[in-house]
Amino acid sequence: MIVVDHLTKHYGTFAAVNNLSFEIRDGGVYGFLGPNGAGKSTTMNIMTGCLSPTGGTVRIDGHDILKEPEAAKRQVGYLPEHPPLYTSETPLEYLHFVGEAKGIKGAELRRQIDEVIQLTGIGPVRDRLISVLSKGYCQRVGIAQALLGNPEIIILDEPTVGLDPIQIIEIRELIRDLGKAHTVLFSSHILSEVQSICEQVLILSKGTLVAFDAPDKLEKLLTQSSGIRLLTQAAADTVDSILNRVQGLSEWESTACEESCLSVSIKAETQDLHDVSRQLFFAFAESGNAILEMTARRANLEDVFLELTEDAGHTPVEAQDSIPNPKDGESDCEKSEVKTT
Amino acid sequence: MIAVLKHELQMYSHALPAYLFCAFLLAFVGVGAMLYNIQSSVANFELVLKFVCIGLVVILPVLTMRVFAEEKKQKTDQLLYALPLKLSQIVLGKYLALLTVFLVPMAIISLYPQVFSRFGDVYLLTAYGSLFAFFLLGASMIAIGMFISSLTENQGFAAGISITLFLLNFYSVRLAEYVSATAFGSLIAFCMLAVALAWLIGLLTGSRILACSAALAVLLGLGLTFMFKSSALEGLLPKMLSQVSLFERFYIFVDGIFDLRALVFYLTVIVFFLFLSVQSLEKRRYN
Repeated sequence: MIVVDHLTKHYGTFAAVNNLSFEIRDGGVYGFLGPNGAGKSTTMNIMTGCLSPTGGTVRIDGHDILKEPEAAKRQVGYLPEHPPLYTSETPLEYLHFVGEAKGIKGAELRRQIDEVIQLTGIGPVRDRLISVLSKGYCQRVGIAQALLGNPEIIILDEPTVGLDPIQIIEIRELIRDLGKAHTVLFSSHILSEVQSICEQVLILSKGTLVAFDAPDKLEKLLTQSSGIRLLTQAAADTVDSILNRVQGLSEWESTACEESCLSVSIKAETQDLHDVSRQLFFAFAESGNAILEMTARRANLEDVFLELTEDAGHTPVEAQDSIPNPKDGESDCEKSEVKTT
Repeated sequence: MIAVLKHELQMYSHALPAYLFCAFLLAFVGVGAMLYNIQSSVANFELVLKFVCIGLVVILPVLTMRVFAEEKKQKTDQLLYALPLKLSQIVLGKYLALLTVFLVPMAIISLYPQVFSRFGDVYLLTAYGSLFAFFLLGASMIAIGMFISSLTENQGFAAGISITLFLLNFYSVRLAEYVSATAFGSLIAFCMLAVALAWLIGLLTGSRILACSAALAVLLGLGLTFMFKSSALEGLLPKMLSQVSLFERFYIFVDGIFDLRALVFYLTVIVFFLFLSVQSLEKRRYN
């Protein structure tokens, strides 16, 4: 178990990590999400003993990373943002060194090296120089060294950055597999990645934790951002009169688009979007107006991410043209932050 | 520590600098032996070692420059920090690996007096005493070079600073003859040294308060000494310059004296700079 308690890291007057507290229980895959510069890498570096905090503590299985660094580090395998590889060696030599430094010896070391080589799929390149390996293989060698010593906790800092799509899928599958036997904490700024692998998500913004929950629960927090977009050829005032008759709609916005069509973005008060869609369909049919297109849209992790990080003053890079404005869900979301500071 | 030592030795076996160092050291000793022992028919092998000292100034930094600078540049230092190792174990492991590399040409060189003794009388005791002192001289320089490498991520910079420092140290006795022996001259020089010391303390601890208070304490002490007992400062600068010379202490062995004080001096320098290296690595963690 990892317990991060009031962790702070200042660079001069700039606070990279600001009074951060959370607990990570054993087992499962945890995603560390946040825009660039949110303090993900800094937090991970502090958690693994690579960086000293300005204040606060990190305890790994009860061992303080500053007071009992060796006991704490034995529980952790870490892959930093740049895989720390000695390029003049082969993966086999490199893993041998890391294993010995972790206190593994003889036959046990050979067994573990074979195991991690098989797990990470670096068998074909085990005797080639690291300097000639592709980025994907370098990343795998980095993960292999983190796995040596069979640590309970594996911390991976942006393990899929710079990889091609096939490699990304392979690494994601590897992380998912690792989550079965270890506690995996990995950082990313790719939302879909976190959504697809993680059981729990920690969202960091400006060095503070803004949310910590399961991805689907975070999405549910934003019920008000769920909505429907439809395309019709009816006039704006006709649309208004139809929509006024339908129950469960909070507000809507119409925009004229090509071929004298009207695009209407509707915010639903309820989560049952199918029911709203059905009502809309019949309401338009009764008034003799056709619905040309109708799309239901539920809030996803991106909305949560955008809302929480924007709230902290950021402009996330992965903004999208979301129809419903998720701003209304702010208060809900903040109330349900599970373990924020 | 053993893991780091083995790993470093393996890395040296892959890289050019260690081979270059061994080759140049053997070449320097070879040229010296040819000039002194063969052409001039002198039976003192220790003179060859004295001749090689200036070579050591240039080639040792080639060996030490990358030790920590390269780790930082390649970001492999993060692995060392994340491994369950103490920083002192990492520093010691790397230092012992450097000593082992240095021992390889030294082992070959130690055969030379034996070879020469087959062709005439060689002062073996002086020769081996000097070889031992030469090894300690190199070991001290390696510790200093390693510390300098831990301060930067630029290998060239580390090598440049190391060579400059070694050269200054090499010529420190000669420099001592030219520097001012007056009390005021010493005062100025020591004030500058105090500022340099404060800068180093600040660099290593990251604490400006500690650095400034250390500088103030030394400056105050110097000021008071100058005001009340300025005779104590007279001639102190040249005396200190000749005292800090690593090479001057080696020359005592060349003269045929096995000087225990010199051994203690070398060991102190080694321990001091290894300690500083550990502190320097610790400091990096705070950046």
